[in-house]
Amino acid sequence: MTETTEDQSAEVVLRLTDVVKTFPGVRALDGVQLEVRAGEVHCLLGQNGAGKSTLIKVLAGVHRPDEGQIEWLGQEFAPANPQAAMRAGIATIYQELDLVEDLSVAENAFLGHEPRVFGFVRRGYMARHTREILGKLGHAEIPPRRLVRSLPAAGKQVVSMARALSHDARLIIMDEPSAVLAHDEVANLFRIIRGLTAHGIAVIYISHRLEEIREIGDRVTVLKDGRTTAANLPARTTPTRDLVSRMTGRTIEYVFPEPAPEVSGAEELLRVEGLTRSGEFADISLTVHSGEIVGIAGLVGSGRSELLETIFGARRSEAGSVRMAGKHLRPGSVSAAVRAGLGMAPEERKSQALLLGEPIYRNVTLSTFSEYSRVGFTNVGREVQEANRIADRLDLRPRDVRRAVRTLSGGNQQKVVVGRWLLGDTKLLLLDEPTRGVDVGARAELYRVIRDLAAQGVGVLLVSSEVPEVLGLADRVLVMREGRVVREAPAGELDEETVLDLVMAGSLQVEEVTI
Amino acid sequence: MTAQTAAAPVKKDPEKPAAGERRWWQLDSTEGLWRNLALVAVLAILIITGIITKPELYSDGTWVRNNIFTILELASVIGVVTVGMTFVIIGGGIDLSVGAIIALAGVWSTTLATQDYGAGGMIFCALAVGIGVGVVNGILISYGRLVAFIATLAMLVAARGLAAQISGKQTQVSTSDFINGIAANDFLGVPVLVYILAAVVAAGWVLLNRTTFGRRTVAVGGNVEAARLAGINVKRHTLLLYALSGLCCGIAAVMLTSQANSAQAAMANLYELDAIAAAIIGGTLLSGGRGTIIGSLLGVLVFSTITNLFAINNLSTEVQNMVKGGIIVLAVLIQQIQFKAVTQFFAKNSKITTS
Repeated sequence: MTETTEDQSAEVVLRLTDVVKTFPGVRALDGVQLEVRAGEVHCLLGQNGAGKSTLIKVLAGVHRPDEGQIEWLGQEFAPANPQAAMRAGIATIYQELDLVEDLSVAENAFLGHEPRVFGFVRRGYMARHTREILGKLGHAEIPPRRLVRSLPAAGKQVVSMARALSHDARLIIMDEPSAVLAHDEVANLFRIIRGLTAHGIAVIYISHRLEEIREIGDRVTVLKDGRTTAANLPARTTPTRDLVSRMTGRTIEYVFPEPAPEVSGAEELLRVEGLTRSGEFADISLTVHSGEIVGIAGLVGSGRSELLETIFGARRSEAGSVRMAGKHLRPGSVSAAVRAGLGMAPEERKSQALLLGEPIYRNVTLSTFSEYSRVGFTNVGREVQEANRIADRLDLRPRDVRRAVRTLSGGNQQKVVVGRWLLGDTKLLLLDEPTRGVDVGARAELYRVIRDLAAQGVGVLLVSSEVPEVLGLADRVLVMREGRVVREAPAGELDEETVLDLVMAGSLQVEEVTI
Repeated sequence: MTAQTAAAPVKKDPEKPAAGERRWWQLDSTEGLWRNLALVAVLAILIITGIITKPELYSDGTWVRNNIFTILELASVIGVVTVGMTFVIIGGGIDLSVGAIIALAGVWSTTLATQDYGAGGMIFCALAVGIGVGVVNGILISYGRLVAFIATLAMLVAARGLAAQISGKQTQVSTSDFINGIAANDFLGVPVLVYILAAVVAAGWVLLNRTTFGRRTVAVGGNVEAARLAGINVKRHTLLLYALSGLCCGIAAVMLTSQANSAQAAMANLYELDAIAAAIIGGTLLSGGRGTIIGSLLGVLVFSTITNLFAINNLSTEVQNMVKGGIIVLAVLIQQIQFKAVTQFFAKNSKITTS
């Protein structure tokens, strides 16, 4: 299973053996092997849900593994908390940078371990030391006393790295560092990384962009379903096909119901033309017919969630039009969209869709309770009755609709959100990552619910970063990358590897030609 | 009367079938109930303290009756303001300008020009000024995107300034017998002010628990993004909440003018703090989404009972304020402990949660 190549010269600083981490309902890490040497850039590759984030959090001291060994600099490593991991020399730079915007560069770099004299911060020393570190990173031009808020994204990333170096980190974990950067800034990031590795610092680099891995990486470890499927592949020479094939082919999580027989001549529900929001997505055109499931595949940051929110009116489009059953929707108006028969299950269920402390029935009727009211008085009896009907239809468990939504599992919470739109006269459902945080069994149920809806004539526009989900569920698939649709095809004509390659901007097509 | 209102939902029939139909007065959540029970306990402790410290007064039945009305009258004006404040806080906002709105409405309705229109004109003026200022607050906050704290803080300063300008810093005497009679008269042995408080509390309870307005308030305060994405017009609703708070201030202005037979720019000073404190003690979450009218009423009653307790024991207001501060902290602490214990208990006994 494990393929070991390259020379064994450099010292191994980090070694993970059979690491397992279980969360309720899911085995996030299921036997991970990883070996990182001093001074190398070790790339971690894997689809969403493969366990990369959990692995990072285990190394950063956020989670504790249930089984397996972690060896760091030749010793057993079990950090009690993130601070302990930092002190041991493992620094993590998360995708959403955890900087305090209103503190200076130097204060951020030394946050939590400021040099002190009798309780007073040695500001001068701190600034000098920060300048030294910034110089080492090749960014001596950033003034240590400047507020982080005023820096561009690339600058903030440099500050994050300065923080790692202020701890004398010997291993820096970077979680998709290029996702927030413009193209020319990535080159600069790579220059910094090369500088770090030249000093013997090891880097774990996570990215979905294969061309970056080719450029900066030394070795690659591939994860799938929480397992290491390939370890220590040479980053530059391993064929793309090999890498992709080791990431794909997940089966256990996806049990799809049989697709409904195709309805011919279904009416067009949604027509989006040339929809644009600068910096998010550009010139998107798509249609959804009644009874059709259209899937959008794309990475976080490809503009897919923003697109959905713009169609729904939660964001105002800058150009282009959205038409529902032939009628124009007023841009930036959610109520107009709801009146026209649109419904949305947003990406962040808890923060964008649910009143967690309120009972289930009130969440189900959140967008329809006015319709059951008489002269402004709510009709709780009718609401409970309607909610019960929805609960039966979606097989909600537990069935008691007076329970607080907080007490439900992720899958059942998602059913509540979907159920809300079933109550109204919703003709088109926008689903943003409907199965995020939903365990395996409940996933299959949600898939069945979505298929049933389509069979009843509801149009569905589905966004997911899990490629098999999009392919298994949708009739037609749009692939988005960097705010644009790069491919549109019936789901039957695409396979997981092709889509994954398009999403990650790899070079599978090119290779196919050359082979 | 108030004690009964609080106790009514407590009577739960254990034999009722699970998830069955509920009577119209029954609450959908038992959370608020336990908080309110804690407040009733605090109230009982305060009254018992009164009985222990002044047994000779409490042995006189007429005195006890009159003293209850004294407490309720003391609570009436701030109680009306607190009902409006409770709505604003549940809706995720805060209204620091309530005291200033009362002063402006009181002063405006007692100008010589307004008094020419008689009691009806004065009451109309007070309510209109209250709603008007509330609408301005609402527009600034929902459409002007000002933070509620800042917008209403500015209104606090500006409205009192306007009140002082209109009155020329003079006390304006009310010559309307009807207005002055509101505070002086009884109906069936109960002061009219207590009726007004009861009416506003009852209306507030129905509005919060039985209408779409109340439902939207909880939704907007509980999760503004969810409310917006469910198609609720969040901005219009926020505006209405501040208008409602303004209306309550208008009512309070009439009551306060009636009590003093006059109005002046310095009236209702620091009422915003009393109202917020009462709402918080009553279990209203300062971040919005949760709160009860009955809880807020109990919060107001706890405060007025303390004031009364100190008055009958001839203690200074300085000591009183110190105790009040302690009570705020204590009441919230007690509720937290209570709440945690009760939820843990419910978690273990799912049978009870579903009943």
